[in-house]
Amino acid sequence: MEIPYTVEAHPETGLNNGKIGIWLFLTSEVMLFGALFATFIMLRIGADDWAHLKAEAELNIPLATVNTIVLITSSVTMVMAWASLMRRQLDRYRLFMLATVGFGCVFLVIKYFEYTAKFAHHHYPSTNTFLAIYFTMTGLHALHVIGGMAFNFYYAVPGAKLWHKNPQWLTDRVEHSGLFWHFVDLVWIFLFPVFYLL
Amino acid sequence: MAEPARGLSEAHAEHHHEELSFWRQYVFSTDHKVIGIQYAVTGLAFLLFGFCLMMLMRWQLAYPDQPLPLIGNLFGPNRAPGGVILPDFYNELGAMHGTIMVFLGVVPLAVGGFGNFVLPLQIGAPDMAFPRMNMLSYWCLFLGGVTMLASFFLPTGAAANGWTSYSPLADIALNGQTAWLIGMIFLITSSLLGAINFITTAIQLRAPGMSWMRLPFFCWSQLVTAFLLLLAFPPLEAAGVLQLMDRVAGTSFFLPSGLVIGGQALEVSGGGNPLLWQHLFWFLAHPEVYVLILPALGIVAEVVANNTRKPLWGYRSMVYSLIFLGFMSFIVWAHHMFITGMGTVMSSFFQTTTMIISIPSVVILTALIISLWGASIRINTPMLFALGFLPMFGIGGLTGLPLGLAAADIPLHDTYYVIGHFHYVVAPGTLFALFAGIYYWFPKATGRQMNEFLGKLHFWPSLIFMNGIFFPMLIQGLNGVSRRLADGGISYDFAGEVAGLNRMMSVSAWCLGLAQIPFLINFFVSIKSGKKASDNPWQSTTVEWMAPSPPPHGNFLTAPVVYRGPYEYSVPGQQPDYIPQCQPPGDAGGRRAATVET
Repeated sequence: MEIPYTVEAHPETGLNNGKIGIWLFLTSEVMLFGALFATFIMLRIGADDWAHLKAEAELNIPLATVNTIVLITSSVTMVMAWASLMRRQLDRYRLFMLATVGFGCVFLVIKYFEYTAKFAHHHYPSTNTFLAIYFTMTGLHALHVIGGMAFNFYYAVPGAKLWHKNPQWLTDRVEHSGLFWHFVDLVWIFLFPVFYLL
Repeated sequence: MAEPARGLSEAHAEHHHEELSFWRQYVFSTDHKVIGIQYAVTGLAFLLFGFCLMMLMRWQLAYPDQPLPLIGNLFGPNRAPGGVILPDFYNELGAMHGTIMVFLGVVPLAVGGFGNFVLPLQIGAPDMAFPRMNMLSYWCLFLGGVTMLASFFLPTGAAANGWTSYSPLADIALNGQTAWLIGMIFLITSSLLGAINFITTAIQLRAPGMSWMRLPFFCWSQLVTAFLLLLAFPPLEAAGVLQLMDRVAGTSFFLPSGLVIGGQALEVSGGGNPLLWQHLFWFLAHPEVYVLILPALGIVAEVVANNTRKPLWGYRSMVYSLIFLGFMSFIVWAHHMFITGMGTVMSSFFQTTTMIISIPSVVILTALIISLWGASIRINTPMLFALGFLPMFGIGGLTGLPLGLAAADIPLHDTYYVIGHFHYVVAPGTLFALFAGIYYWFPKATGRQMNEFLGKLHFWPSLIFMNGIFFPMLIQGLNGVSRRLADGGISYDFAGEVAGLNRMMSVSAWCLGLAQIPFLINFFVSIKSGKKASDNPWQSTTVEWMAPSPPPHGNFLTAPVVYRGPYEYSVPGQQPDYIPQCQPPGDAGGRRAATVET
C-alpha cells in the first residue's frame, strides 16, 4: 500500500510527510536541549562561585574552536551532497556525504581527546556541577552526532540504492537527514560559547 | 480540494496479492489498526495490573499490619513477612501503581490505542503517515513496559519514590529507580515517535474535503494531545537523563550541598537544586494530565453526538477551547509546587494561569452537557459510560479549583483530597470515557457487537463503587490525612474520625474489581461470538463507519471524499435522520448507495 505524499508534496501544505515529520522531531529536540540549557541557567545562578568552577575545569578553547570549524564545514558538505543529488550527480553526492561523515568522525576524535584530558586531571562529572552539566550536554550532543553520522552513512552507501528506484525520494531523505545534521551543528554553536567562552 | 482518487483503489487491488506471514501481520505489523489494537490490549493489561497493585495497597490501608489473606505468602519475607505488607513494599506498590496507570495504562490505551485505530479511519486515510515508525513506537512502549515489570524482580525491588520520583530521595534510592528511569526513557521515546506520526497524519492525510472545521472533535483532541506529548515529554527526558547521571555517574544536579542522610554527610560535590527536578517533572506532568483527559473528551463528544442524534452544541467553541487549553497547559505547572517556597510572585502567576485554564475545560464540558438538552437520548452502553463521565469529570474538575489557589492548596497539599480530585478526573472520568470508546468502536475493530446486558452490568456497579472509593478520599483529605501514610493515617489522632472510611473504600475497590469481570467476559466472548455488526451499527456520520467492519489493509474500498461537517444528525426532512460526511450533496436517497457501493 502506498502512503500518499511520501515523495510528492501535498498540494495544500506544499510539503511531503517526511519534511513535516523531521521538523516536528526537531521541535521536540529544541525542547530537550531547551530543558538542559534551562538546567544550566539554574545551576549557574544557584552556584556560590560559578567562575571558579569553570576556571577549575580548564576547558580547551583552541580545540573547541577547531571543532566548531569542523562541524560548520561538515554542514557545508552536507548541503553540497544534497545539491549534488538535486543536480542528479550520484558520485559527487557520495563523496560529499562520506566527507560529512568523516568530519563528524574528526569532531568525535577531538572530543575524545578533550574528555580524556579532563579525566587525566581527575575532572569527572561528579567533581562539580559545572563539569556535570558540561559532560551531560556535550555527551548528549555527541550522541546526536553519532546518530546523524549513522543516518548519513546509511544514505551514502547502502541506502543510496534507492536512487535507482526513486531519485527524488533519496534526495528528500538526504534533505531531511541534513536538517537534523544542521540542528546538531546549531546545538554545538550554542554549547561552544555557553561552556567555553562565557 | 486535492485530487479525489489518489490511486487508493488501485493500490488496494494490488495489495490483495501480497501474503504476509503471521509475524508480519499480527506481531511486527505496520498496519495502524493492528498497532492500535496492540496498544489497546497492552494498555488494558497494564490497567488491570496497576489496579491489582492498588487492591493490595487497599488491604494495608483498611487493615493495617494484619496479614494479607490467601495471597499473603506470595511476596516473600522482604516485602510481606507473614503476609503483613511492609511500609517499603507499600511505597513500591504506590509508586508503580501511579507510573503504570499513567504511562503504561491510560496513555497507551487513549492515545496509542484509540488514536492509532480511529484517527486515520476518521480522517479517511489509508494508514498513518509513517507506518514503520508506528511499529517502532509500539515496540518502544513494549520494552518500557517490560523494563518496568522486570524491575519488580530486582533484589531491591522496583522504584518506591512515588510516581513523581522527587529528588533527592529518588537520587539516593535503591536500584529500582534506575530501572524506572530507563523504562521511562523507552516510554518517552515511544510517545515522541507516536506524536510525530499523529500530527503528520492529521496534517497530510485527511481525505479530500476534510477541512479542519469538518474534522470530528475526537481527531482534534488527538491532534492537540500529540502536540502536548511532542513538546512536554522532552523536558522529562532531560530530567530523566540528569537523574540517571546523578545515580550512575555521581553528579549532583538535584543534590544540594551539605546533604545529611541517616546522620552521615553524603559524599557528593553538591551544588545542585532539588526544585529543578520538580520544575522539569511538572513541566511534563501537568500537560500529561491533559494528555490523559483530552482523548477522553474526544471520545465522549463522538458518543454524545451519535446517541443524542444532534450536532454537538458549539463545535467551534469546543475546538478553540481545546487549542487554548493545550497552549495554557504549558504554563500552569508550578501550581503543583505551592508549598516549595518558590515565592508569592510565582504562586500568583501560576494560580492565575490555573484559573484561566479552567475556563476552556468548563466550555467543553458545558457544551457537551448542553448537547444533551432536548435530545431523545438513545441509551446504550457507550452512552451510559459517556453520561457517567460528564458529572464524574465535573466533580474532578471542580474539586481541582481549591488546589489551584495557593491559599487553599497549602493545607490541602499532599492530602487524600488531592488523590480524590485526581482520581475523579482519571478514573470515573477518563476510564469511563475509554470504556465508552471500547464499546463504541468494538464493532468497527472486530465486526461484532458487545453484549448490552453485560455492558450495563459493567457500568452500574462501576459507577457506584468508583464513588465509594474516591468520595471518602475528599472527606479524609479535608480532615488532613496525608496521602503517603502506609497505615491509612491511624497513627495520627486527627485521622481518627475519618480513618474508619478506609474499610468502606477498600471494600468498594475490591467490588470494583469484581465489577470488571462482566467486561472481561464480554470483551473476549464478543470477539468470537458477539452479534454480527453491520458496517455502521450506530448510524453514525463520521468517515470510519464507511469502511467495512473490520476494515481491510488500506482501510477503504473506495477512496472517501468528504462533503460536510461531522455531526449532521436529525437533519430536517431526512429519513433516516443523519447524513454521513461522505454523502455527496443533493444525493438524498443515495446515502445507502454510498456506503454499500463497495
